[in-house]
Amino acid sequence: MSLPAAPFPAEDRTLFWPYALAALGLALLLWGSSWGLFVAPAESYMGDVQRIMYVHVPTAWNALLALTFAFGCALAFLVRGSWRWDARLEAAMEVGTVLSALLCMQGAIWAKPTWGVWWDWDPRLTTTAVMVFAFAGILTLRRFVDDPVKRAVWSAVATVIAYVDVPIVYFSVKWWNSLHQHQSSPETVSKAFHWPLRINAFGILFLMSGMIALRARLADLRRQGEMAPPLPEPGTVALGGAR
Amino acid sequence: MSALAAALRKEALIQWRSRAQLLAVYLFGAASLLLFSFAIGPDSAALRQHSAGFLWLALLLSSTLSLAESFGHEMENRAFEGLLLLGAGPRSLYYGKALSNWAQLSLVGIGLVPVMVVLYDAGTPRIPSLVAVIVLGTSGLSAPGTLYAAMTAQARARQTLLPLLLFPLVVPVLLASVKASSLVILGDPMGQMGSWILLLVAFDLIHWSLCGLLFGRVVED
Repeated sequence: MSLPAAPFPAEDRTLFWPYALAALGLALLLWGSSWGLFVAPAESYMGDVQRIMYVHVPTAWNALLALTFAFGCALAFLVRGSWRWDARLEAAMEVGTVLSALLCMQGAIWAKPTWGVWWDWDPRLTTTAVMVFAFAGILTLRRFVDDPVKRAVWSAVATVIAYVDVPIVYFSVKWWNSLHQHQSSPETVSKAFHWPLRINAFGILFLMSGMIALRARLADLRRQGEMAPPLPEPGTVALGGAR
Repeated sequence: MSALAAALRKEALIQWRSRAQLLAVYLFGAASLLLFSFAIGPDSAALRQHSAGFLWLALLLSSTLSLAESFGHEMENRAFEGLLLLGAGPRSLYYGKALSNWAQLSLVGIGLVPVMVVLYDAGTPRIPSLVAVIVLGTSGLSAPGTLYAAMTAQARARQTLLPLLLFPLVVPVLLASVKASSLVILGDPMGQMGSWILLLVAFDLIHWSLCGLLFGRVVED
């Protein structure tokens, strides 16, 4: 029995780099997290609960980065009309939405022992929740539109509007009393906490970039499958079991 | 301009011929107001306190019904494509539809005020201010709502998709409208009204211009 030499077409060998990037990111994430869990000292007020910061803060940075990239992809698609940007938009939005949802969960786990509640109607939390629902709505829209052209244009338009809305939500809820702390900077965080935070930030960045590249490839393949001309009638060509 | 006038005339005609739908949406809003009071119980002070929030929730729920149906006539027999071929231009079609939706939602909102006053004891002598808030708030609902309705009218499961897309987007409108209406009903000793009105006006300006710009892409591609 003879099998083809490679399971994927030659062009799929380019998948090496996304996989390598994701693997590097995962390794960094494990390294940074074990540093944060076992090596870095406990914070003097919050104790061990603070250690969730090593994943929470990098998740927040990268979630915003992914959704900003999705916004850029939406604009690029609307201007240039290239399918590549649609695939990237889908990938970045999906990864960004998952990261934002993770962000809310991590925040809730941290908030219960610290604030005494799982959730608080604080500007930062409200904005993040609105962002998750806004982008999850657009991902749902993509599932309900069968025409690839309409799906791409509509989700790009909806992404632009949703992204423009986020700063408005942020400022509108900012006028409420805020509980969430302000952004940390190297000056406000002890040096002992810097390295795990930085390593995890790059870890999540690389993992996310690898996943976006892989997911974009999948989106592109799916779209090509949808737009491919219909197969010939059975009987005219042997449609063997192998794909 | 004449294209916009023609689009508005078309909308007025559709609204007049399907006026039973406006009544149905209004009744739905009134029924929602009745149901919300059961969430709190017969505590008249608490009901009055939350009356503005209930009014806007009822209006938001009603808006999804009227917005989801707003492109129904145009989608039948692909009439919308015919309108585009006539050279009306997507922008005038959008503004005609959005203005018509705005008028319809404002009417429903203003009509719900007496129901709110009776059920929640939320009377106020400053009725013109409350009407102004309703007009500004419904404008913020109808601008993005019309754009999303144009998308979802052509998709499967439009009744589910429209609220899913619209609700997170109109959070600032809901916040500002509830706050401003509440200040009208319960009094504004700290003079906070201006900032909420400013937020509503800013949201309206951004979305009326942005959605008008993007509508062409939604219907032409």
